[in-house]
Amino acid sequence: MTALVTLNGNAASLLLSDINTDTIAPLVRSNQGLQPAGIRSNTELAQRLFGPWRYTSDGQENPEFVLNKPPFRQAKFLIAGENFACGSSRETAATMLKAFGIRCIIAPSFGLIFKDNCFRNHMLPLVLPKEEVDKLSLMAMHEENFSLDLSDCTLKTESNYSISFSLPNFRKEMLINGSDEVATTLLREHLINQYETSASNLRPWQLFT
Amino acid sequence: MSVDGTLFNKIWNRHVVADLGEDFYLLYVDRHVVPDFNGSAFTRLRDRGLKVRKPDLTFATADHSVSTDPNNADVLQNLNPHVQNLRQDTKEFGIKNFDLGQIGHGIVHVITPEMGIALPGLTVTIGDSHTCTNGALGALAWGVGQGEIVHILATQTCVQQKPKTMRINLEGQLPPEIGGKDLVLFIIGQLGVAAGNGYAVEYSGSAIDSMPMESRLSLCNMSVEWGARYGIIAPDQITFDYLKDRTYAPKGAQWDSAIQDWLELTSDKDAEFDQEYTLDVTELKSQITWGNSLDMVTSINGCVPYLDEVKNSAQRANMEAAISYMGLKEGGDLIGLEVHRVFIGSCTNSRISDLRAAANIVKGRKVALHVKAWVVPGSEMVKRQAQQEGLDKIFLDAGFEWRNPGCSMCLSANGETIGPGERAISTANRNFAGRQGPGSRTHISSPIVAAAAACAGFIVDPNQMESKELNQ
Repeated sequence: MTALVTLNGNAASLLLSDINTDTIAPLVRSNQGLQPAGIRSNTELAQRLFGPWRYTSDGQENPEFVLNKPPFRQAKFLIAGENFACGSSRETAATMLKAFGIRCIIAPSFGLIFKDNCFRNHMLPLVLPKEEVDKLSLMAMHEENFSLDLSDCTLKTESNYSISFSLPNFRKEMLINGSDEVATTLLREHLINQYETSASNLRPWQLFT
Repeated sequence: MSVDGTLFNKIWNRHVVADLGEDFYLLYVDRHVVPDFNGSAFTRLRDRGLKVRKPDLTFATADHSVSTDPNNADVLQNLNPHVQNLRQDTKEFGIKNFDLGQIGHGIVHVITPEMGIALPGLTVTIGDSHTCTNGALGALAWGVGQGEIVHILATQTCVQQKPKTMRINLEGQLPPEIGGKDLVLFIIGQLGVAAGNGYAVEYSGSAIDSMPMESRLSLCNMSVEWGARYGIIAPDQITFDYLKDRTYAPKGAQWDSAIQDWLELTSDKDAEFDQEYTLDVTELKSQITWGNSLDMVTSINGCVPYLDEVKNSAQRANMEAAISYMGLKEGGDLIGLEVHRVFIGSCTNSRISDLRAAANIVKGRKVALHVKAWVVPGSEMVKRQAQQEGLDKIFLDAGFEWRNPGCSMCLSANGETIGPGERAISTANRNFAGRQGPGSRTHISSPIVAAAAACAGFIVDPNQMESKELNQ
């Protein structure tokens, strides 16, 4: 697992609201047929990110799209508008961003399934007020360097902008330790056992007992 | 005032396995249904040497990837790797898989209610955003990502941050032709696509009290389309009548005790919600979307807005892009727009009552010559019921394709796409640019609006049944 403690680099600004996960992580339509099965490679994931906007209909790169512009090809941050990654629950919306190199997305709000998917993949969906997001977007366009430090929960930029944010401990620890949710929950197996016993007695139909 | 007295909180509190602090909880999952697009969850499980904790609480069915083509020579879809993987995985881990052609096969959110898998007061998770559909039964149901599927398989629990609560009171008697789909499109039009973000929404009010179960399912289905991960309706006699004798519903004495328990599942009179809205829906008309976001919606007799009238610049930019993508004109009527494709199906509107409503419009009419129209029943059970009632014949006689159950053209995963520039009326739930194929132009509506458009060849008001364009 890959912990996230610090992150430094450029930020790409895509200040539109309600960007959906169909756009972030399009399905593969191989010859208009079925997408192949199996776990995707990072190369494939990175390539498919923002497909409908990043490529023209003939498969060429769209030079106007921010992630195709030289300074932002190595972006580590993404700045977006409200309700980022709404829609489908597909986890590839998070893993494609990560495979591209983006591990922190800053927006006024996120689609909730996406938000959970990010933490599980050790990425930070950072919620900031709209005014701050707008400021950061301008700095991003000026190609300022962004730096994130989760040990003290601060985000700084080259022009001495600095903001601190709060993060629930549960989430913060998951990022800093690169810990895995399944392993963490399995440590609580005794509580799950207890719950099952008590629920079966209270409402037998709940667990088919 | 009692914060814990909301229906949502009552069910939540019943399922807390551990309080993880700062509003995070480990919740027990009572029912888990795994679809075919599951991010290779079983492979991930196997690679870590983990087992499925509760195979008897876990179900599976293939819906996203299946071909719904009735002439597909590979009837059991043995060549579809997603279907094959699901078969092997469920066999290996001892999970009930509702396979193609069997009762129980279909779109996850159609089969979960119809098989009695989702029940009032239970928690239900599925690796699909439209899991909120099942909240219509009074279940706490939410969509999860593929990593969460692995977590739930291994632990039968899910970590969730407690959301805020919202109640929407829908007041008034709905016209008979207006259902849950129109209602939810109207709500999204009024409140916006992000208004429910961070909330669990309870739908209530006189319009809900008299609403049939399948219409409630359509309503709750699209909660996620305005940001709410959970949508819920308090269980009542309509819910109990719907669930009685369903395959996995409790039977006999257990049914009686369940009903006693379920009757307690309502928000207390003094329950406090973080947000509350009341909407009058008495005169509601059929709704249809015009743009690429679901808040770009109007009554069927409405028109595309004028951009000058939109003050918010970000919103105006989105609308301008949508008008261009959709090939529309500012101020133009929706009625009269030529239609090329019609899709009646999806987890929103593919249940028997949807097909009956559509067939009622189609009966005695023909699909316009330039229109390619499909009916994709939501499940094997719906398909058989419709065939028993002769609905398939009505659709086929009119020139529709009568297809096999699956998600089909909602997300267009199996080559079942709409061509670039083609205008489609779809009863699904998303009008995002490219959702039904690159360049496809999707309008979302109820089944009767879609059925009427198929016959007319352009968008019409299905409630103007006598108009000559419908009797071409």
